[in-house]
Amino acid sequence: MSERMTGAQALVRSLELEGVTTLFGYPGGVALPIFDALYDSAQVHVLLPRHEQAAVHAADGYARVTGKPGVVLVTSGPGATNTITGLANAYMDSVPMVVFTAQVAQSVLGTDAFQESDITGITLPITKHSYLVRNPDDLAETIREAFLIATTGRPGPVLIDVPVDVSKAEFDFVWPEHVNLPGYKPTVRGHIKQIKQAAALIAEARKPLLYVGGGVLASGGWKELKELAELMQLPVATTLMGKGAFPEDHYLSIGMPGMHGAKYTNFAITDTDLLIAVGVRFDDRVTGKLSAFAAKARVIHIDVDPAEIGKNKTVDMPVVGDAKQVLAGLVAELRKADAEPRTEGWMNAIDDWRRQFPLHYLHNTEEIMPEFAIETIQRITRDRKRVITTEVGQHQMWACQYIHVTEPRTWCSSGGLGTMGFGFPAAIGAQLGAPDHLVIDIAGDGSIQMNSQEMATAAINGLPVKVVVLNNGYLGMVRQWQELFYGHRYSSSTLAQDCPDFVKLADAYGWKGYRVSDPALLEATLREAFDAEGPAIIDVRVVREECVYPMVAPGGSIDEMLGGVPGGPVSDMLDDDLIKEVWE
Amino acid sequence: MKHTLSVLVENRAGVLTRVTSLFARRGFNIDSLAVGPTEDPTLSRITIVVSAEDTPVEQITKQLHKLINVIKIQDLHPAESIDRELVLFKVNAAPERRHEIIEIANVFRAKIIDVGRNSLTIEATGASDKLQAMEDLFRGYGIKELARTGKIALSRGSRDS
Repeated sequence: MSERMTGAQALVRSLELEGVTTLFGYPGGVALPIFDALYDSAQVHVLLPRHEQAAVHAADGYARVTGKPGVVLVTSGPGATNTITGLANAYMDSVPMVVFTAQVAQSVLGTDAFQESDITGITLPITKHSYLVRNPDDLAETIREAFLIATTGRPGPVLIDVPVDVSKAEFDFVWPEHVNLPGYKPTVRGHIKQIKQAAALIAEARKPLLYVGGGVLASGGWKELKELAELMQLPVATTLMGKGAFPEDHYLSIGMPGMHGAKYTNFAITDTDLLIAVGVRFDDRVTGKLSAFAAKARVIHIDVDPAEIGKNKTVDMPVVGDAKQVLAGLVAELRKADAEPRTEGWMNAIDDWRRQFPLHYLHNTEEIMPEFAIETIQRITRDRKRVITTEVGQHQMWACQYIHVTEPRTWCSSGGLGTMGFGFPAAIGAQLGAPDHLVIDIAGDGSIQMNSQEMATAAINGLPVKVVVLNNGYLGMVRQWQELFYGHRYSSSTLAQDCPDFVKLADAYGWKGYRVSDPALLEATLREAFDAEGPAIIDVRVVREECVYPMVAPGGSIDEMLGGVPGGPVSDMLDDDLIKEVWE
Repeated sequence: MKHTLSVLVENRAGVLTRVTSLFARRGFNIDSLAVGPTEDPTLSRITIVVSAEDTPVEQITKQLHKLINVIKIQDLHPAESIDRELVLFKVNAAPERRHEIIEIANVFRAKIIDVGRNSLTIEATGASDKLQAMEDLFRGYGIKELARTGKIALSRGSRDS
């Protein structure tokens, strides 16, 4: 059955048929036919941000929290190019997303027309796939394909460029029954022989360790992961992207590995005899010096993307497949074999390290330690339905260390790209996706200024997000590296704690604004802000020159960490030879 | 080591860009590249020759597989495949030396396709070593211009499934 309509109407109808209810959109010249068609949709609610980059990050946050693809619509030219950072971020973190960019008419395409940009060309390396729709007859099929590609296999952003003549043209709309993608057949089910062999390795390992990442969340495999971990009593290290895949208050959880991981986590990885890597990509921020990473271990790598297997680390037992299905397969095999956990001694060893080398910081009654601020957020919100988003920098690493995520899809942080300015718009998207949750963006004073224009979006749309700014008047992580590796030369990393005045900024946007610098008042202030109706920003004045520890020097081996010994002054933690080696 | 990748792709706009930009992005130099339609008009075959070790080639192959428009990739082993390349040589040929050049061309089963006052244009096909040998010989006379198609290749008939 076909129906006569315009390309723009067909686009909106296709979104409706795909079940889209929320679209993050910013209009402009050649996007107007589509926005006009959206005006008639009872199903698709359009959120208007204040910047296209924020639209994409918001869609990203929405997707991470709901598990549904984020949908974005922007105009051509600058509208399209403003999506680049958001696309790159979603691509690196494998977030399902469909981004529509309007394009100039095909009659002028390629002539450097007003607001023309070759967006499919520009985004080639940062999209899972992209389309330039040449004919309205192709629209519906393209959109179906795009949603399928974005949400299956290893998820990622797909871009659809729609010339204005296509959205204006009248044609007979038909919703295709099925899509035909001969070159796209993700391997979802793991090879049974490999699963059996992996199960045998797990059954016989003395010091096995699960190293899990975003792939477990993308596949929805957290239940299966917990079953496997509990069945075989396996310690679980969750990466920044994997936070929430396994409850961090569980006795088997050993936290985040890598550059700012706890010592006990990195020691466990260094000592394990079987690394069970699930939905991770052996990122350099996790592995440090690759040759020393889990060097004593055999490696099982489970990933839906075959290109990740063996990319960085040589693997003994690869299993290509969806994490959920492969984990379920492992549990079934181990049960069938009546495998018994053999990790008591191993867990005791890890617990010893945990006692000897806990995460720690020096307590301070005069000023607010940033770690204390995050711990306080954790303590007063742990029992609430909450979503934590972060920006990028020191506060992000402290959040990784001190926020214990226990529920899947309640943590949004920019992992691969490390995008300052991500957390706040992501919080807006997360709040739309999880309206009954307390959504907190943990920010730094640098990052928040990268997208603070979105305070208007939250205010106008009644989205009660809370932004906690750990305000140290620096680009803290840059300053930390300059302190450690560039002789305290703080080149271009000094901001100003008083500018902007975040409380006045709050006032300008109709937000609640708070400022706190006394550790004794921190908890009460945070509580008041979190319980306040509507959005609130809390300017937390923290100790200015605190460093994130422990720290693995870039390129160093992850068991050689700076800091992390309780009570030791920072200067004693620096190993000059190591730093020299790393930088030469 | 040289690898010959035979990449079957959907015959659509922009697919070649996706393939070649992937090589550039991942730091691979393409030695030669040939594209053309196949027995199925909706498909094209891209034959790419790259110099790289086995592990990086495996990685680029996996990355290529991730491109939605890529249907199939074969890393063709020389013993199990046949390859050909076509070369046009425009060689300096004063009238008194023409017959020497024609003789060389005949030995290599190449064709003279154009005769100029002081040049001969020769068309040759074959495997790379043969073409290289011809080139070395013609260089003695002076090669005015040279064009190569890049290698095309198929797996041997015995490898059909």
